[in-house]
Amino acid sequence: MKEILVLSGKGGTGKTTITASLALLAQNSVLADCDVDASDLHLLVSPNVQESHDFWSGVTAKVDPKKCTGCGTCAELCRFEAVSMGEKAYIDHFSCEGCTVCAHFCPEDAIELEPNLSGEWYISETKYGAMVHARLHVGEENSGKLVSLVKRESRELAEEIGAKWIIVDGPPGIGCPVISSFSGADLVLAVTEPTSSGLQDLKRLIKLAYHFKTDVCVCINKWDLNESFCNEIEVYLEDNEIPLVAKIPFDKAAVDSLVAGKPLLEYTTGLAADAIRKMWPRIEAMLLS
Amino acid sequence: MKIAVASGKGGTGKTTIAVSLALAASTAKVQLLDCDVEAPNCHIFLKPVVDEEEVVSLDVPAVIEQKCTYCKKCKELCQFNAIAVFGKTIMVFKEMCHSCGGCFLVCPEEAFSRDSREIGTVVTGKGKGSIKFVQGRLRVGEALATPLIKAVRSRALEDGLVILDAPPGTSCPVINTVRGADYTLLVTEPTPFGLHDLKLAAGVLWKLEQPFGVILNRSDLGYGEVEKWCNKNNVPVHLKIPFDRKVAEGYAKGQPLVEIVPNYRDRFAFLLKELSK
Repeated sequence: MKEILVLSGKGGTGKTTITASLALLAQNSVLADCDVDASDLHLLVSPNVQESHDFWSGVTAKVDPKKCTGCGTCAELCRFEAVSMGEKAYIDHFSCEGCTVCAHFCPEDAIELEPNLSGEWYISETKYGAMVHARLHVGEENSGKLVSLVKRESRELAEEIGAKWIIVDGPPGIGCPVISSFSGADLVLAVTEPTSSGLQDLKRLIKLAYHFKTDVCVCINKWDLNESFCNEIEVYLEDNEIPLVAKIPFDKAAVDSLVAGKPLLEYTTGLAADAIRKMWPRIEAMLLS
Repeated sequence: MKIAVASGKGGTGKTTIAVSLALAASTAKVQLLDCDVEAPNCHIFLKPVVDEEEVVSLDVPAVIEQKCTYCKKCKELCQFNAIAVFGKTIMVFKEMCHSCGGCFLVCPEEAFSRDSREIGTVVTGKGKGSIKFVQGRLRVGEALATPLIKAVRSRALEDGLVILDAPPGTSCPVINTVRGADYTLLVTEPTPFGLHDLKLAAGVLWKLEQPFGVILNRSDLGYGEVEKWCNKNNVPVHLKIPFDRKVAEGYAKGQPLVEIVPNYRDRFAFLLKELSK
């Protein structure tokens, strides 16, 4: 079983569009959507939810006003500026990181720790294989933990059903959820676009892949929107011996396929679809070598 | 006035909008804070002259082995799995630490000394015109974006116009950027992805009870549901920016929208005037 992780650094470069099409090409795969705070993959693969679970993570501190004497110990100790003092202490849910320091040191034992219901996660069936996905509630912490959970579940599921591939749609950026998504990945497919922002964010992502000693390959999406910039990216990749697995042209059909709620490859046979189709054997070869 | 620019979905044009607002402002004091510390890109368009680069670090614990009695009180308190104790071995995983300070406080033997972990850099400078510019850059390999975003926000001007460019998503880094803003502009595109993620982002602002409106980028993609949703939910659509190949090409090279199509400068200036009412 091999796992491919689709990332981009910069958002909106086409990760989900490409992931959905890979799902169609890779036979016998499990899909995992690790973009847990703005997941979109389900919009293209129409999952039929089989199992739904709550995601409890961490705790939030809450003051019992009956016990609080307003001494201010909690406000003094909190490093996250989550406590404001009036006559009593008040703890702001959005700022609280659940470190429990306030509760531990409150002389009146006036702070309760409530478990956090931070989201849900699902196991679903799709036309293209089983899928593990999740939804972090708005404004919640611990997206990294939810990503780890989605990854663990998708791996177990893949082992159970003897899947050959795990295809992971990753979050944007390079922080906590992205770092969590690296564990167990055999290859990162970095999706970029021919813009200064795209290249800059790609470089940071590649550095991160080096940091975790994970192989990386790149595809340039909408490459023909700026051919000279595309060249610049290609030179960078060549200099750093990073394989370029596809140049996908701009294709209006990509948007139409989103509206139709289908993977691009199922929707059309245009130039972009063609480029993705040709990319898969290259990725397959990298994973199997 | 503080205006945050955010979106659920990535790549919808947050940076384009944030930079346009800063460049269109007629106020003397304008500051742009790039809070997308994982993928900061405003500098590409503002081309700032950098005055200062400051490394931001978190206080993390280091064990003084001779003092430790392996009582495990620190391990029991730590919610972030940053301390492990087995037998007569204690280990601190400083990359896991959130710097809550609990271990220092709970240790009866004072067996911790202060160490630090670099989380990134805050760059300050001046961009085109006289725009004050602050940018956070997360160190590659660092997981915690929030403390760095707080460091960027701590440099916000008290008066004048402050524009905050947020990261994508709906979780803690976004909250820490948009919180307390006088107004938030959610940038989206008319696609099912754009709508889905706009609903999530709107959920954040509703939960925070902060006012917001929408800017529709690549507004001519032909999917009308986003505007319908906005109308139904009384969310104002302030501006529609149709796709323009000239703009996309300029963007690729790092040209701000208001320089590629100068009449956008007036439209953004008008929007700022509207929002300041």
